[in-house]
Amino acid sequence: MSEIIMQIDGIEVAAEEGMTVLDAAQKAGISIPTLCYLETLEPYGACRLCTVEVEVRGRTNLVAACLYPVEKDLIVRTRTEKVDKIRKMILELLLAHAPVARGLKMQEYAEEYGADKNRFEKEPSFCIQCGLCVRYCAEIKKKNAICFVNKGPSREIQFIPEIAAKECWSCTECFPLCPTEYLQGVFVLTKALAFPSAPMGPTVEE
Amino acid sequence: MPRINSAAELEELRKGILAQKDPDKPCISVCAGIACLGSGNAEVLSAFEEEIKKQSLDAKVDLIATGCHGFCEKGPIVVIYPEEICYLEVTPEDVPEIISQTILGKQVIDRLIYTDSDTGTKAAHQSEIPFYKNQSRLLIGNSPKINPKSIEDYLAVGGYSALSKALFEMSPEGVLDEIKKANLRGRGGGGFPAGSKWETTRNAQPGVDKYVIVNAHEGEPGAFMDRALFTGNPHLILEGLIIGAYAIGSHQGFIYTRHDTPVLRKNLDLALAQAKEYGFLGDNILGSGFSFNVDVHLDVGIFVSGESSALMKSIEGMPPEPRPKYIRTSVTGIWDRPSNLNNVETWANVPQIISNGYEWYSSIGTERSKGTKLISLSGNIVNSGVVEVPMGTSLREIVFDFGGGIPNGKKLKAIHFGGPMGGTIPESLIDTPLDFDELSKLGASLGAGDMLVLDEDTCMVEMARLFLDFLAGESCGKCVPCREGMRQMLKILTNMTQGEGKEGDIKLLEEISGVVGEAALCSLGRSIQKPLISMLKYFRDEFEAHINEKRCPANACKELN
Amino acid sequence: MNNDKIEQILNEHQGQPGALIKVMMEIQEENHWLPREVLVKVSEKLEVPLSRVLRIATIYKTFSLTPKGRYQVNICTGTACQVRGAQQVLEEVQKITGIKPGETDPDMKFSLETVNCQGCCSLGPLVEIDGKTHGKTAPAEIAEALKKYE
Repeated sequence: MSEIIMQIDGIEVAAEEGMTVLDAAQKAGISIPTLCYLETLEPYGACRLCTVEVEVRGRTNLVAACLYPVEKDLIVRTRTEKVDKIRKMILELLLAHAPVARGLKMQEYAEEYGADKNRFEKEPSFCIQCGLCVRYCAEIKKKNAICFVNKGPSREIQFIPEIAAKECWSCTECFPLCPTEYLQGVFVLTKALAFPSAPMGPTVEE
Repeated sequence: MPRINSAAELEELRKGILAQKDPDKPCISVCAGIACLGSGNAEVLSAFEEEIKKQSLDAKVDLIATGCHGFCEKGPIVVIYPEEICYLEVTPEDVPEIISQTILGKQVIDRLIYTDSDTGTKAAHQSEIPFYKNQSRLLIGNSPKINPKSIEDYLAVGGYSALSKALFEMSPEGVLDEIKKANLRGRGGGGFPAGSKWETTRNAQPGVDKYVIVNAHEGEPGAFMDRALFTGNPHLILEGLIIGAYAIGSHQGFIYTRHDTPVLRKNLDLALAQAKEYGFLGDNILGSGFSFNVDVHLDVGIFVSGESSALMKSIEGMPPEPRPKYIRTSVTGIWDRPSNLNNVETWANVPQIISNGYEWYSSIGTERSKGTKLISLSGNIVNSGVVEVPMGTSLREIVFDFGGGIPNGKKLKAIHFGGPMGGTIPESLIDTPLDFDELSKLGASLGAGDMLVLDEDTCMVEMARLFLDFLAGESCGKCVPCREGMRQMLKILTNMTQGEGKEGDIKLLEEISGVVGEAALCSLGRSIQKPLISMLKYFRDEFEAHINEKRCPANACKELN
Repeated sequence: MNNDKIEQILNEHQGQPGALIKVMMEIQEENHWLPREVLVKVSEKLEVPLSRVLRIATIYKTFSLTPKGRYQVNICTGTACQVRGAQQVLEEVQKITGIKPGETDPDMKFSLETVNCQGCCSLGPLVEIDGKTHGKTAPAEIAEALKKYE
């Protein structure tokens, strides 16, 4: 496989074709924050926390590092003022849902980027919709016991009682993946099994 | 009807069709556009059918239900050919009189023709009515004259001659070159040069199947010109698509359209079946050796599925979530194969460019925006409807000459383009020409050509809120900036309209907008803040009044007055 | 619910995951809503994970996961209708029917929905009751029209 020489934060980095910017950075020991990324899953590009600045032939762009493919002579900047501003805002938006996130990552990131967890009014759903549980169940376990329903701001995760009743308690592998709260998965699963016929149509928002 | 196997056979057939047409035979053209149907033209059509039967006139008069005539405000519309007498706001009760007076007696019925509300001047013929007079109806002009269910009607107006020319007189490269030289720019919103896009797909992944797609999703509120054109003249778009497929080297096309326009679905299905029967689709088209097929896919109700990669996911049968990868659909689209997507109006331009040549086409319009543009006018305007004008026409002309100005003696306040991903410009910029780049510079890209006219009673804070409220139900909700940014922006704007705006809200809105615009996953997500940003640019004082004085300058926000 | 018709739709597309949206739309058009057990069947017959079926059922506006009333009332809330007073019409309809968009009244008489631009902005504010179009509506007029439905 051919070697690609590129630059991340001023350091020359050797990457291989097919890698993403995030892969290349991790290989070089440069850390880029992520919430919806897991090495064993397909990149998802939903949290946008890994946003970095790339420069190709003189043109700069903001891209998601978990998806952007490496190329020769690519220049990547992982901590510009703009990038930090975006990350701070993303964290603040998410902290409105998970203000007491016990997940270590969220807390560390909030501190690092100076995110104010009280900037937006709280709506503690405890879910930031990283989709790790949904994707782990689909891609690794191939059970599809948990899914996204609805759209826009009403989008949420739900266990599917028909499948979950058979599969989930003997697995529970998705619980520790949650970046906000281990018990989040337990809660959503219990709710789904306790109220299997709860309506799941689009929530009417006032 | 046997298949047509050569260019000569096509011309023979056309001659036959024209020979059978009696130019003096009266033809009653009843507009069956969505608005005219909604205001009762289905009943008018039935009344004509009955009356013709009753008077045994079947052989003496033709009756056709056509696509949209454009002058929706004055519907139901009926046009009588060959004189082209245009009757407005027709009711079933008028029908016996139209038959006896106009069809048999050759008399114009005065009360049914256009009357100018200011001057009292009357106009009996469609081409004399101010709404139609100065339009350049190159694309939609045939709609009143043809029955969209009849391929013969399309052939009678020269249909499929461009396809025949492309297949037999031009190479695929020649066709591509013509489109590039014509500088045809995408009509869906981006204004991206269609020729370059075609070329990218043509050259991508050699040896792999390629697809061409008609985007007839048209999900923007206030946009209805594509539906009008497609329903009224489906073969025009189909012809453009087949020519494009030939240039690109594609043998499979898709049409992606809305499920909730039953007339469009019916006309489209019929058009595809007829095109197949006549040999314009399928194997060995017109005996040229080129083969091409088309499938129809339906959107069942979410705006985000108009986004190109989401649309392609939907065609694959997957949830319509935009694809996060950094690859272009023109290179890696449906099932990862090169896929060229253009909207209805873009495809509709192709046949005339091939027939008349790029020099003719590029003589119309401005330096960088060529051809005509379909505009759907809606909102606080006297004449809502579909207008087709050359690029470069001033907005003033569109709003006041074609649109008839603002109703109820109100003043024009602003014009909004491009729906929930578009932008607003104030009345003071009304002399701006219709042009992709000029409008872009002002922060209000032309979009698909939907112009929402707003009068002085419109509150811009509420407008900004409405657009975000719409998007909240129409975005996929996958990425954080779009989903959460929208949630917070909507909250802030709602608070403002309810007298609960706080100092710093505008700054916060701008900050969220900045992040959404740069970090969201797809082009929809990166555009949700655009209406708001343009309104903050031109109407900032209104936002400030809501916050600082708890006052709505337009007197529209109930809680503040 | 016409089970035979639903079976027929499912059988026609057995083992065709790509036909998912089409099948769901046909069932919706036939049955006016998608019962849970039908969605499970769709998943089995088309060999598509139930998670994808549910995702699609909850993302598109056309699909209903609850039964519908005898008369469907659709109020266009496209921007053109909004600037011409759709909100007042909507409020009036909510007052009369006692239901909000997305709901069906307990007597199963009316179901209310707000719909996106219908493409006939010249008729705004636009209301559709049981398939019949009412254009340029005023609140009082719609109140009168609703009375006719039993």
